[in-house]
Amino acid sequence: MSLVETAPPTVRPLRGSLLRLVRSELRLVLGRRRNLVLLLGLALVPLLLGTVLFLSQDTALDGQGPGFVGRVTGNGLFLVVASLFLCLPFLLPLTIGIASGDAVAGEAAAGTLRYLLTVPVARGRLLAVKAVGALTFAAAAVAAIAVVGIVAGAAFFGLRGITLLSGTTVSLGDGILRIAAVVVYVGLSMTGLVAVGLFFSTLTEVPVGAMAATVVTAIVCGVLDQLPQLATIAPALLTHHWLDFAEFLRLEPDWGVLGQGLALQAAWVAIFGALAWSRFTTADVSS
Amino acid sequence: MTDPTTGAAPSGAAPVAPLAIATDGLTKRFRSGQVAVAGIDLRVPRGAVYGFIGPNGSGKTTTIRMLLGLVRPTSGRAFLLGGEMPGAGADVLPRVGALVEGPAFHPYLTGSANLARLDASDATADPRTARQRADEALDRVGLGAAAGKPYRQYSLGMKQRLGLAAALLRPRELLVLDEPTNGLDPQGTREVRNLVRELAENGTTVLVSSHLLAEIEQVCSHIGIMSGGHLLLQGDRAELTAQGLPRLSVLTSADHVGAATEVLTGLGLTDVQTEGATVSALLGAVPPEKVSAALVHAGVDLLGLEVRRPNLEQIFVELTGEGFDVAR
Repeated sequence: MSLVETAPPTVRPLRGSLLRLVRSELRLVLGRRRNLVLLLGLALVPLLLGTVLFLSQDTALDGQGPGFVGRVTGNGLFLVVASLFLCLPFLLPLTIGIASGDAVAGEAAAGTLRYLLTVPVARGRLLAVKAVGALTFAAAAVAAIAVVGIVAGAAFFGLRGITLLSGTTVSLGDGILRIAAVVVYVGLSMTGLVAVGLFFSTLTEVPVGAMAATVVTAIVCGVLDQLPQLATIAPALLTHHWLDFAEFLRLEPDWGVLGQGLALQAAWVAIFGALAWSRFTTADVSS
Repeated sequence: MTDPTTGAAPSGAAPVAPLAIATDGLTKRFRSGQVAVAGIDLRVPRGAVYGFIGPNGSGKTTTIRMLLGLVRPTSGRAFLLGGEMPGAGADVLPRVGALVEGPAFHPYLTGSANLARLDASDATADPRTARQRADEALDRVGLGAAAGKPYRQYSLGMKQRLGLAAALLRPRELLVLDEPTNGLDPQGTREVRNLVRELAENGTTVLVSSHLLAEIEQVCSHIGIMSGGHLLLQGDRAELTAQGLPRLSVLTSADHVGAATEVLTGLGLTDVQTEGATVSALLGAVPPEKVSAALVHAGVDLLGLEVRRPNLEQIFVELTGEGFDVAR
């Protein structure tokens, strides 16, 4: 008998099997208590901010605060923008770093990775599904802030047409569209961070290490971005265009800047996605 | 060297049944320089229950990880159900159930949710029968009643059973069970042995590893003994034990020990040893009934007579010159 005669028949995956695995992954990510607590924490930000601003609106402090905070009492829609603005430097990277850093390393630490791979799940497929799970969590994180923000904003301050940075006021419908665009842009701005987290997650079987490395990456990028001496490399930093969501609040958004922001995220996704793939598809799984 | 896919001898001897597992000079050297597995040639025939025995740290688990495609060999090749690993994993692993280095599941999911998660990951498993197959697997290992409990509340034995249930989620041609009796009480160990026996009767090939030879020896048709990364010995269990030299022991009364020794020596038995009132010697070609007749004839009190072939553990000790449970 030769090798060819005894070679096993090729097995084809059933139709819909990828979708089944994605559903299972999403149940795992979104059903996990720790992740739900993280989302709850993010959802509390607009609620607490709205409460504080509501209680202080008849005092001398009304209309004060950094960024968009001062405009919230005039228009509940700004509660969404102000909450995102406050969460972007730390809270969002932290929660997203936890979820994406845990993606592969968490399974490795629990030992479940070796059982997934012997089921078998092809490594490339597993990484792709893990990416979908982490991206979904990132989207849920941004959405939690946005949804609670708009509901609380409406309840506390009412929603009305937005007065743009240039002073022009647009209709409520136009305003809601612009806020939605801000939310989508912030969500897409998190994709590079998810890719970084996924890469660190393939390097270790200690999830906390991958989480910390991911969060530190975001923070270091934010700090370096502040240094005028490093202005030459600033446009390549992960966080450089994060706050450019404000473009949507101009009468004529600068699409060039927004495009650069999205292209930057795409570049980080491509680089760290490729690194994660090359690492994960060749690594020995000894956990 | 034999053909790794068929096990046929190079001399063109009678073809042997195809092999479920075959490796050829399989070697793993870790980055630290430590050689965990040093060029082993495993031969596991289809339908066999192969006892993969060795002390802790002898390279069994690393070998199993290479067989399953989790770890890449430094050199050598590994074939699983005719496919070369790790490349053929997608084609052969659906027909292989595995328990590797203890069970591992999500602690906050229930037993059945954990099985559902594994089944959902299997691109070739039919989702319509998932529930039924999971329930059957849980019942088979006696976990039916605890299916709805979170994994973290399971005892060590229950965890081990859930690992076995996962390996049995689908009908398998080959089961690779790494230390399946770890953490089980004697009753659980017996149940695992019965399960292995039952699966083997239905034609499933089983590779079962253990550092405790006695726990699995009885169910094995084949044995491979690992030590220090080397496969010291492998083959049909009956043939291996037949290689050992039989030893005859005579239990006599205390003051007849000297006479008994003389009789045994007189018959040409070698390596005569005395321990209390027991005199033993290597039997050689002398028929045991001739010994008993000679003893009676010489007037020696014959309180007991026993002929024993050395068991595998004694063979192992002879091979390695060390106790079996020595961790390296």
